[in-house]
Amino acid sequence: MSDRIFRVNMTDLSTRIEDVPEGWAGLGGRGLTSAVVAAEVDPTCHPLGPLNKLVFAPGLLSGTVAANSGRLSCGAKSPLTGTIKESNAGGTAAQMLARLGCKALIIEGKPSGDKWYSLHLTPEGVRIQEETELVGQGNFRVVEAVRERFGERHGVITIGPCGEMRMLAANISVKDPDGKLRSHGRGGLGAVMGSKKIKFITIDPADSKIPIADPEKFKGASRTFAKALLDHPITEGLGEYGTDILINIINEAGALPTRNFTSGQFDGHDKISGETMHDLIKKRGGKVKHFCHKGCIIQCSQVYNDKEGKYLTSGFEYESIWAMGADCCVDDLDVIAEADHVMDDIGIDTIETSVAMGVAMEAGILEFGDGKEALRILREEVSQGTPLGRIIGCGAASVGRAFGVTRVPVVKNQAIPAYDPRAVKGIGITYATSTMGADHTSGYTIATNILNSGGHVDPLSKEGQVELSRNLQIATAAVDSTGMCIFTAFAILDDEKCLPALVDMINARFGTQLTIDDFMNLGSSILKTEREFNMKAGFTPAHDRLPDFFSREPVPPHNVVWDFSGDEIDAFWDF
Amino acid sequence: MTVIIRLFGRFRLGRFKEKQMNVRPGTSVSQVIELLEIPLDEVGVSMVNSRHCRLDHVLSDNDVLALFPMVGGG
Repeated sequence: MSDRIFRVNMTDLSTRIEDVPEGWAGLGGRGLTSAVVAAEVDPTCHPLGPLNKLVFAPGLLSGTVAANSGRLSCGAKSPLTGTIKESNAGGTAAQMLARLGCKALIIEGKPSGDKWYSLHLTPEGVRIQEETELVGQGNFRVVEAVRERFGERHGVITIGPCGEMRMLAANISVKDPDGKLRSHGRGGLGAVMGSKKIKFITIDPADSKIPIADPEKFKGASRTFAKALLDHPITEGLGEYGTDILINIINEAGALPTRNFTSGQFDGHDKISGETMHDLIKKRGGKVKHFCHKGCIIQCSQVYNDKEGKYLTSGFEYESIWAMGADCCVDDLDVIAEADHVMDDIGIDTIETSVAMGVAMEAGILEFGDGKEALRILREEVSQGTPLGRIIGCGAASVGRAFGVTRVPVVKNQAIPAYDPRAVKGIGITYATSTMGADHTSGYTIATNILNSGGHVDPLSKEGQVELSRNLQIATAAVDSTGMCIFTAFAILDDEKCLPALVDMINARFGTQLTIDDFMNLGSSILKTEREFNMKAGFTPAHDRLPDFFSREPVPPHNVVWDFSGDEIDAFWDF
Repeated sequence: MTVIIRLFGRFRLGRFKEKQMNVRPGTSVSQVIELLEIPLDEVGVSMVNSRHCRLDHVLSDNDVLALFPMVGGG
């Protein structure tokens, strides 16, 4: 199918199929969601009002046989940060949208009544239906109900009760190949979907196929690309131990935020490490390797069973484990896994919510280490929308404000993830300058600061960090437009054949003549488009700063503080 | 002199998690890696006392040496 724009207006419940404007033809994924939001959304609008738009876009290579190309971008003005937002996720939806020729799904307006709706996408277009049965239900029930109503093959995009209640940490979940979930986690996009009264979206690509302009060239480039991924040693480790392999190395480096960012090392690190998880999974008959979309050859996901050998969770990631683990001082992997499952079901970001729980622990609402109470709060307060549940469900900054806590690890109201910026200074530059609020994936300097991928830049020195973060943020914005998983970045950084193969695949798919410079320029222009939106929304360089406690409180074991001046941070934008 | 060695990921297989070792003064990180029969090119990251180090770094008494294969995530 040729690419088209699917547009849904929830104010008058109309749908349209449009040709792709020329300016958007070369864009996909994040590049496209950010271009649409920048072009069509008033930057000063209320993110939960009728003027915001929710945009889904598969990557440029999604739906093809290119390895690891099944990521779906979702964008809007974020109700959590007030900035532009793109959050990408695995699952089967990106490939299905691409196959049915949906270059982007743009959802605008807002119904005036209290009714809930579902959207159904087929090659013919979009159908809007009223939904009653699934309102208030968790994401797993939605996926099951879609299977019952329509059969196995449909893609599903869904929100849980937290999205319905428009909590600022609510996520959007996507069905994976096993009928489990992957999430557009960050920035409260679930609240935007909830504000438009859409409970879920189904996708049925029927038997449509992706057109490839030069199939022979595509085949060759895609082989080279897949080989570069498979040959990279990090690929093997990710499959065997998952992303949770990072717990021990980040702890060893003194950068594992612990007890609401008061230490860089956690006594219980080994109990929640990837090595321990690997052994538990094997013992309990789970799966060490698992993919979030067809064609993934890294397989960093896993199936984690409980003590009885029953499924507990999958896609059990380092960030989620760190946040409920070290940051909240919970050293029981089973409790963390249960919390992960609950948060997936009620539809809320594991990073934001767990960091919020850490701030709540500091406020004295529950004790550090009390995982059972954290579980109770998730089940009985957050999922039910009690006042405390809503305060926590609106994120770390919300808890800090409600309870007068000053040690609140956020940038632009978004919780700082699993690397202490005092002990890994490059990632601090990324947190400060990212157009998305604190976000490690937007410029993952950990690769070079800690993991020796793409060379090495000393994590404790200020030297080279701004340039490192800038180069990675530009490259990441481009990669996020292709549908590629961020973990292809390790091979892109270290294997000189990898990036040319990626650009060749794009050229072979669309019949274009892009160079590597064109590709990198795409990254720069995406960042500038996003920043311009943020500035029109009222953001200034004064917002590109870390909370002051990072400058005042040395973090053990290195006893270092955040010591970049405003001018040094602002130099990031000199490109 | 005494050093503490910590191993991670698949380096633990058939070896150990953490162990105290007696080594001669002047022993370098790469010599310890050879003693442990880990192929040098499989070492992704080495840290002494929580700081990244080069493979020719010479160890001191009571140092903690951590050895990681190439790992990634995020």
